[in-house]
This record gives sequence, C-alpha cells and structure tokens, in this order.
Amino acid sequence: MKQARPLIITGARLVLPSGVTPGALRSVGGVIDAVGDVQPQDGDEIHDARGALLAPGLVDFGVFAVDKPAFHFGGITRAALMPDQSPALDHPAPVRFAALSGKPDFWVHPLAAATVGLAGTHLAEIALMRDAGARGIATGRRWIADSGVMMRLMRYAAMLDLVVVTHAEDGGLAGTAVATAGDIATRLGLPSAPVEAEALAVARDIALAEITGARLHLRQVTTAGALKLVRAAKARGVAVTAGVTPAHFMLSDLALVEFRTFARLSPPLRCEADRQAVIAALADGTIDVVSSGHDPRGPEDKRLPFADAAPGMAGAETLLAMVLTLVRDGVIGLERAFDLLARNPARLLGVDAGELRVGAEADLALIDQDRPWVVDSARMAATAGNTPFDRQPVQGRVTALWKGGVEVDD
Amino acid sequence: MTSLPPTPPAGRYPAGALAFPHRDLLAIGQLQTHEILYLLDEAEQWVALNRQASKHSNALAGLTIINAFFENSTRTLLSFEIAGKRLGADVVNMHAAQSSVKKGETLIDTAMTLNAMRADAIVIRHGSSGAVRLISNKVDCPVLNAGDGQHEHPTQALLDALAIRHALRARGRNEFNGLRVTICGDILHSRVARSNILCLQALGAVVRVCAPPALMPAEIEMMGVEPFHDFDAALDGAEVVMMLRLQNERMDGQFIPSPREYRHLYGLTVERLGRAASDVIVMHPGPMNRGVEIDSNVADLPGTSIITDQVEMGVAIRMACLDVLTRRARGVDGWGEKQARPGDWV
Repeated sequence: MKQARPLIITGARLVLPSGVTPGALRSVGGVIDAVGDVQPQDGDEIHDARGALLAPGLVDFGVFAVDKPAFHFGGITRAALMPDQSPALDHPAPVRFAALSGKPDFWVHPLAAATVGLAGTHLAEIALMRDAGARGIATGRRWIADSGVMMRLMRYAAMLDLVVVTHAEDGGLAGTAVATAGDIATRLGLPSAPVEAEALAVARDIALAEITGARLHLRQVTTAGALKLVRAAKARGVAVTAGVTPAHFMLSDLALVEFRTFARLSPPLRCEADRQAVIAALADGTIDVVSSGHDPRGPEDKRLPFADAAPGMAGAETLLAMVLTLVRDGVIGLERAFDLLARNPARLLGVDAGELRVGAEADLALIDQDRPWVVDSARMAATAGNTPFDRQPVQGRVTALWKGGVEVDD
Repeated sequence: MTSLPPTPPAGRYPAGALAFPHRDLLAIGQLQTHEILYLLDEAEQWVALNRQASKHSNALAGLTIINAFFENSTRTLLSFEIAGKRLGADVVNMHAAQSSVKKGETLIDTAMTLNAMRADAIVIRHGSSGAVRLISNKVDCPVLNAGDGQHEHPTQALLDALAIRHALRARGRNEFNGLRVTICGDILHSRVARSNILCLQALGAVVRVCAPPALMPAEIEMMGVEPFHDFDAALDGAEVVMMLRLQNERMDGQFIPSPREYRHLYGLTVERLGRAASDVIVMHPGPMNRGVEIDSNVADLPGTSIITDQVEMGVAIRMACLDVLTRRARGVDGWGEKQARPGDWV
C-alpha cells in the first residue's frame, strides 16, 4: 500500500544521527519530506507524538524467520534474512520470493547463501541472486572451513560490492559443542569448545578481507579476544564491521544452569568477562550492529535435553528494550543506540532507510522510552516464545509504527 | 589448597522427611553432606540383608518401578533391578535405546507415557546431560538418575563412597576427612568423575584428577580438585586410586593415539601403584579394559582392589535410594502427605 496522504508527526523527540531534538517530521509518498521545524500543511494527516521518541524503524540484520507480528511489536520495519531457510537461499527463485514475502508493511532483504546448500564447498550463483534482490552474502549458521573457498568467495563479493556476512566459529574447534569451555560447561557436563574458536575464525576472515578488499561483516562477535582483533583491523582501515545480539551483552553462561534450552544459542553464551568486553565494544564503537537473531523455535525444538535442542532465540520483541538498557546504564547514548539498530545495518545493506533524513524511506517508530513491561515467553507475538529473557522486567515499547509512511496496524 | 567442610557426625539426622527433603535423586550437586551420609547409613541395613541367605524385604511391595534406560547398560540396570526386586517391588525394564525412541517419539512423550502407567519411581539413564532432570519435570513420581550424559551418575558416587567407607573401616579408619583420592582416566566425558568429585569433597576428601590434556575438562580446578597430567605424580601418596574406563572409540587417534600408548602413560600397574600409600584402595566403576587402564594383577589384588565390593555396595545403595524416595508415597511415618519443607522439594 502506498502512502496516500501526507503525514506529519508533531511534538516528537526526533532521534537524529547528531542527537535527540524536539521537532516534527513530514512524510510524503512514502519518503521523508522534511525533518525538524516543520509545520503541517492543508490536507496533512496529523499525528501528535506528545513528546514520545520518534526513531527510524529498526533494521534487523540477520534473522532466521519472517515473523511479522514479532517484528512489528519490536519496531522493526526491515530485516536481513539469513539464507538458512528450507530450501536454502542459494538460488535466485527463493531469493526473489523471500524479497517479496513481507511487503507491503515489512521489507525483507535476503542474504544470499555463499555456497550451494550452505555446504561450504561450491560458490552459489551470487550475481543472479543479487539481481533477484539479495542485499548481501552470508555463510549461514556455519563457518566456511576451506580458506581457499572463502578467499574466492570474498574476491567475488568484492567485485559485486556485496557485504559478506560470516559466522565466526572455527568449525574444527567448535565441533559438536553447545557451550563455551569453562567452569559452567564442565560442571554441567556439556560438550564445549574453547572461547578461542571465535578469535581464530575472526582472524582468518579479517586476513582474507584484507587480501581481497571485500566488505566483511562478522554477524556476532562475542569474545574479548575476537573484539580485540576487530578493533585492530578497523584501526588499520580494513572494511570490517561487527554485530552482536542482546543475549551476549545481557547474559553469561550462568544462564545455562538447570540446562535451560532457551539459553542454547550459537555461538554459545560466554563467561562474564567476555560479556563485559562486549559492553565495552558497544561503548567504544567496535561493534556496529545489534540485531535480534530472531529464530522462533517451538517445544519440538526446545523441550529437549540441552545438547539435543536447536540453538536460537526469539529476539525480535525484546531487541529494542535490551538496547535501551544500555542507554539507561550510560553505556551508549540514544543516537548511538539507533545507529546500532537502524542506521548502520541499513548502510551495510545499501538501503535508503535507517535514519530520519530527508529523502530516506519513511520507516518510523514512535517509542515510549520508559514504559515498563515484563517479558513473558507464554504471551509473545512471535510464533514461539523461546526467549532467554523470560520474566525479565524491561522498559521501552513501540507505540506506533509506519512503513513507508503508512501506519502498520496489527 | 581449598578449605574443606567438616564432616558432621554420622547417625544424627533431622526427623522424618527432613533428613532427605528431595522428591528425586538427580545429582550429587544438589545434596547436602548430611543427606549423602543419611543415604550411606540407610544403605548399611541393606548391605547386611544382602549378605543373608534370604535377601528379601517387603518394604516396597505393591509398588511399580520402571527402569527406563535410553542408553545401553548391563550392570547398572541389573543392579537397579535386583535392588527393586529385593525390596519387593514390581520392576519393569524399558530398553528405550531400541524401542519407541527409534520410532521418533520424543523424550517428553515417552516420559508422559511412563507417568500415565502410574509408576511409583522411575530410574532413568540417558545419553544427554540434563535429560533426566527434564523428564523429572514432567512426571509425578520420584525420578532416580542412573546417569545423564556427561553430567552426573549419583548412585555410582554413593556406592563408591560406601565401598570406601567399608574399606577404611577394615583399615581401622572411620572417616573421609583429608582422605587423598586420585581419579584417573577420561575425566572429560565422565559423569562418574563429576559425581565422585562432588560426593568425595562433600565428605571431606582431597581429590586429584589425572588425565591427558585432551580428556581433561576446562577449568576443572574450579571444582576444587587438583589436576594432573603426570600419573606418577598424581599417585604420589594416594590413599584411594579410582580408575575410569576409557571408551574404545576414544583410543583410535581422536583423543589418544592407541590403547598401547594410553597404557604406557596412564595404565595402573603394580610398579606404579608403589607410589601410592602402602594400604591404598584401588577402585574401578567397570567394565574394565584389562591391560589398558588397569592391569589384571592390580585389579585382582586381594585387600587392595575393592572393585567387586563396589558392585555389592551398588545394590545396597540403590535399595536405600528406592526406599527413601518412595517413603512419601508409602505414607511412612514422618514422610507422609504433607511436605516437610515444601520449598526444598527439588
């Protein structure tokens, strides 16, 4: 549905890249027409924000399911879809289908599978998938072990100017691990991998990015050692960005005790020192993106012994509230929060959205920043309630959402 | 050296269900020291009974016990079956490893099926850590963990403690305080090691663990044990040596180059045993790889090896656990309907 009538949102606190300022925003034809000191014109639909926060709709970089009710609850208007679908997004047809699957009120940006069947051996038809709507290339849930394949992939990606999204866990070390090696995994008797599995993979992928000139996005960087490598690479001018999900700055592997499968994630939860390192990296700019990793899983995948359960969490609904805890704790400012949630991921995807700027798509979220609520896994908008934050009191809730200037109503 | 908790005097326990306020036996890690001692003391009567010509009690007459083994087992299953039968219960074995699980039934569905059959206790072995706890949340009766993945095997640790206690008494000693115990073998994959570490430490022993690096869990020292890679050093002055079985599939080059090489570094030989205390106790949870982790002339040393005593104590401990955990259902005085401390039922 195209925006029919100009919309003006007045009395808002606008989250601009430069900071938060009071003002109004006008959207015409689905595009932001004016921001700041704007007056309504005849025929405008007027929405009074009453002092609420007006932010760009969230751009969720790296989700595993298209789950509109959960995304809309969380203020998410676009998501980059991981290629780990059934069948995998390793062919132009499923990519084209996925790219249209959320419209009109939610836009899906598919990430093309790097290799056929995500098996890590043969390059997929990446250019065809780009022209079918893919906005990046991803290795999926797995790491590509063969460095030769990885280098050829990144050369190809550099030529096509597509970002390469990797899962940074050395496959040989990770093996069948479901936890990070350490005190907790040892006590619980869970198969575990040393924390260095991540740094090893990050080091290789950064080296290949330097050789090939490809843009590298490490979807989740969760350990102190790997974050140090990313920080150093950025200082050298390597085109590398890093992401994380709230689980790795909110939780440590203590959440695994009692074998809670909602805390079974990939990569696994880390020790407290790594959690603190992630928070520090969010504060100093080493981490560019916070995404939900949204992967709703029902009891058939989760009500199992820990090591047999599928990894993943339903994260779309809690993404904003968890990042706002960083703002309340003084780790980051509000404008940086929305850099992490919208502006940076939009840039990685090369889409004209993710910030309140004239000419950008009018994807808008009105947010009551302080509104308290309690996460309840039994009553979620998502198709499954596998949240590791069950029963946690949080603050910050989306009160209205527009996609391309049209209010989302569900 | 970590400070050790003092062993409380045995034989004095809270009244009734307060002595053991748990519905299930899932892990040594959830027991207090006096609760461990209570189970050991309770087992003594069954040790005595089992040594008589007529080994029968009617304590559990009319009760149904299901042994649900999702992993192959001969000894533990047999031990639980004998324990239940000697107490007069109706014992049914379910070899889940080759049954409905293969047909795709989920663990939860199997558990709910067992529950619907109104078992009075369910004994479970499963290959995944935490699986027994998961089942216990879905059934109404007491659940006994007979081994879950690489997590815990509580009745093994209890029977080992009972066997050590008997051997210590034969040596004129009465307690575990300061007892130097060396556990050697595949610590990484061993639920026996984890349960024994927790149990022996609770009783006051000082525990060393010995394994090659590939079979040593990360940060095991956080459990209060001293890790060794050098078996000779680990044996130095040991009063109890507990050898663990090394699975054949771990000796094919993935973890250990060969059985021969493993024996070279970690086989318990008579010569090596000379480094331990003169009245050392040698143990093995079985089944043994003779000539690999333990030589036959050590395994069969009379007075030193208590490997067959372990098997004997196993039946008594399992009788004690089944007896104690079913007291509430049987309405034993002081264990009745009302929960003693509701918050403590785990």
